[in-house]
Amino acid sequence: MTNPVQTLTKSVTVNDNPFMKPVEWLSLLLLAGVILVVLPLMLDSFRLNLVGKYLTYAFVALGLVICWGYAGILSLGQGVFFGLGGYGMAMYLKLEASSVANTKIQSTPGIPDFMDWNQITALPWFWQPFKSLPLTLILTVAVPVLFAMLISFAMFKRRVGGTYFAIITQAIAAILTILIVGQQGYTGGINGITDLRTLHGWDIRTDGAKTILYFLNGSLLIACILAAQYVKKSKLGRILVAMRDKEDRVRFSGYSVAGFKVFAFCFAAGLAAIGGAMFTLQVGFMSPSFVGIVPSIEMVIYAAVGGRMSLFGAVWGTLLVNWAKTSFSESFPDLWLFGLGALFIAVVLAFPNGLAGIWREHIEPRLTRRVKGLRAPPSAIVPPESAPVGAPAE
Amino acid sequence: MLGDYSLGDLGAIFAMQGFAGLILFSVYLLMALGLAIIFGQMGVINMAHGEFMILGAYVTYLCSTFFQTYLPALFPIYFFIAMGLAFLASGALGMLVEWGLIRFLYKRPLDTLLATWGLSLILQQAYRSIFGAREVGVELPSWLIGSVQVTDTIEIPINGLFVMAVTILITVSVALLIYRSRFGQQVRAVMSNRAMAGAVGIDTEKVDRYTFGLGCGIAGVAGAAFTMIGSTGPTSGQLYIVDTFLIVVFGGAASLLGTIASAFSISQTQSTLEFFLSGSMAKVITLLAVVGILMLRPQGLFTLKVRR
Amino acid sequence: MNAAILSSPVVGAEAAPPDHLLAVEALTVSFDGFKAVNDVSFYVEPDEIRVIIGPNGAGKTTVLDLICGRTRASAGSIKYKGQELTKLSESAIVQAGVGRKFQTPSIYDDLTVFENLEISFPRGRSVFGALTFKRDAEVRDRIHAIAETIFLKDQLKERAEFLSHGQKQWLEIGMLLIQDPELLMLDEPVAGMSVGERIKTAELLNQIIKGRSVLVIEHDMKFVEDIAHRVTVLHQGKVLSEGSMERVKNDPKVIEVYLGH
Repeated sequence: MTNPVQTLTKSVTVNDNPFMKPVEWLSLLLLAGVILVVLPLMLDSFRLNLVGKYLTYAFVALGLVICWGYAGILSLGQGVFFGLGGYGMAMYLKLEASSVANTKIQSTPGIPDFMDWNQITALPWFWQPFKSLPLTLILTVAVPVLFAMLISFAMFKRRVGGTYFAIITQAIAAILTILIVGQQGYTGGINGITDLRTLHGWDIRTDGAKTILYFLNGSLLIACILAAQYVKKSKLGRILVAMRDKEDRVRFSGYSVAGFKVFAFCFAAGLAAIGGAMFTLQVGFMSPSFVGIVPSIEMVIYAAVGGRMSLFGAVWGTLLVNWAKTSFSESFPDLWLFGLGALFIAVVLAFPNGLAGIWREHIEPRLTRRVKGLRAPPSAIVPPESAPVGAPAE
Repeated sequence: MLGDYSLGDLGAIFAMQGFAGLILFSVYLLMALGLAIIFGQMGVINMAHGEFMILGAYVTYLCSTFFQTYLPALFPIYFFIAMGLAFLASGALGMLVEWGLIRFLYKRPLDTLLATWGLSLILQQAYRSIFGAREVGVELPSWLIGSVQVTDTIEIPINGLFVMAVTILITVSVALLIYRSRFGQQVRAVMSNRAMAGAVGIDTEKVDRYTFGLGCGIAGVAGAAFTMIGSTGPTSGQLYIVDTFLIVVFGGAASLLGTIASAFSISQTQSTLEFFLSGSMAKVITLLAVVGILMLRPQGLFTLKVRR
Repeated sequence: MNAAILSSPVVGAEAAPPDHLLAVEALTVSFDGFKAVNDVSFYVEPDEIRVIIGPNGAGKTTVLDLICGRTRASAGSIKYKGQELTKLSESAIVQAGVGRKFQTPSIYDDLTVFENLEISFPRGRSVFGALTFKRDAEVRDRIHAIAETIFLKDQLKERAEFLSHGQKQWLEIGMLLIQDPELLMLDEPVAGMSVGERIKTAELLNQIIKGRSVLVIEHDMKFVEDIAHRVTVLHQGKVLSEGSMERVKNDPKVIEVYLGH
């Protein structure tokens, strides 16, 4: 009885904390294969562009896995960061599209058309940095992350609870939307920033450009999965889980809890911002309808459907929900909201671990049994249950 | 910007805006009362609260059409019947939801939030399928139309006065119910120590169900009052949910007095600012101020210091 | 050895903080006017095992909460090696060398025993440090050594939620050990344990107290007699009596409020 136990522990100790387990490498390979090979081969450019749009939401879902799944911080304001990233990119593209040559019929040439319509005669100060591409690339991530830091630092220092934080983030999403819609001279208002044409001279509206952007999008997503995997696998990832269970204990193990929460929230904000910037490039516009309460909470459901603790699950969940949304809205527009509502309820009541949970609990055990059954006699497979309590140790 | 107005004008503006703010205050307060009971007492975040309110508004709309068509003689008093029915309809739906959904989630507040959001989507679509996407308005009986002339420059609409009277009545009833009645005692007992309350023979499940039903029922009455100042559409409720949550949190979740004070200050700030700025900027500034204060003082306006 | 400690004055008349490892002076905390801890002073010396006893609601746990920063004092001071603790954050207090075990086992259910211990390992406590933390030989060896001490060598890979109540208590003690605190505070370490577990725990405590001071809250008088150097009796937030177990047991005030019934 003792022998198999020891060999088991030993064999695991050899590489007890690998960056990714073999099954995770397989999942990554599968996901990368589907995104970068299968879908491009299967879909026409319109559909592929659609998938590209979904993939930009997957960045947000990835961030939510770390922030909500691991750290237990539910943010209902991810649209804010998605939007800030997206608007940053859109401002750059809009300025490029609004060159003096392109806008000479305006009363003030060289500024975006909606500013001209709203009797604004000079480019506002906060648009200025977005004339430069390198600055834009930095700001699209830096501004949302700094904003996230500002919000979360104040609150986590004061140890506000989870529901409370969720409500405040939601309020911030509401405020930002009202602000963007209300200040149409500076933001393009309810229509958002549209009519974007070129990125540093490269026309992003052609099918070819959209396909290249799709691959860029997919590769960036894979890179972000690896980054999130690094966070998840580091001691920081385990501290986040520990914090979610017993915040006080973590504090009394000598950690400043607020700092770790701020990190998780900012990390998620950064990923959302990258997603937003990619959205603008892939889809060709940005509008307040991706910032507010409704999109923000929908992004949470992507992560929930995929499995709030699973990075790969989050991507699959995003793709699945959006695919369902598109196909439902095309054929039965009335039914979609019923379906989405039912999805929220079902995922909470019946499948709190989402697709990943179903996979882990029902499919993976069977697969492992199969695979291991090929390698070893069945008796050695089942790991021993916890040792009987109070059994003599030595 | 104040310089453009004479002192008398300013007085009238503040009085009129203040009164407009009072109607907003009424709706906020009615919404927040139900939510304060559900969130403050039970710790449940009900994102579908706005939809419970709108159910009350639709019930009022149905009553108004029904009485107009079949019982025109009783039309002048239909509103009172509508308020009662709104309370019952929203309350019954609330109890059903508690039984079918909420009771499984008491230990997972964040999940309740997602589930009730799902519920709100379903209800919105249901309203759209039943009543259509267009907003509907109710016909007011003639005695509620018109206004009272207070001075040359200040006049007060009668329906606004009526909504305020209803609000005061309901607030007082809720206060009596929670702090004076046997039911309220049980609610407070369950909320402060569920296990103990169960041990002394309180049926905690029943108390939960009725508490949730009560909160939703009050939202229904809020919906009835809402029809007087706005038109009703499938998504009208959603517009109020964030404001209402902020009011409850700002007031200090478990305090009735706090809820009243916070509903008052938020609605007055917003209404006064609205005169000088665009509506959206008034709202942005009000909400920003509330969020800012909450970040610095998360416990809200009124709280008790308790031993952990 | 016991006698030597006992012969030193119970309350240091002339303030010489560096001599005491922990000096609690005039400590008071009130919750809405109710003074849960009222003007409490006591001193813990290096290598001393001090047990705090007292009836329910005497303020024992609150005193530990105050020392480790979980509750903020209304008045008074807590000096640890001459450093004022009342102003420090919880994590800074831990980093200064004060460890705390809670009354109910406070461990991370979702993590394995190994990971529970690893998180308590005193390295990589900043955000960046935790991101770049490496599970090297030193960490592994230390965790294996501790696991051996707390009888959980064979459970390292197990999720902590599947441990028995006694094992959870041991795990939490192990999490403190790996921090290597100079002052160890234990809140009812044997409560809810079976007789067998209790004996093993006493053995464990005797093993780990070497080279550090320990502040224990305990109800089990047999256990207290076994381990205590000195005993402080709290009653209604005040110090009622202090001294050796023998002396405290014979103090008429103590007999009246606590041991009497």
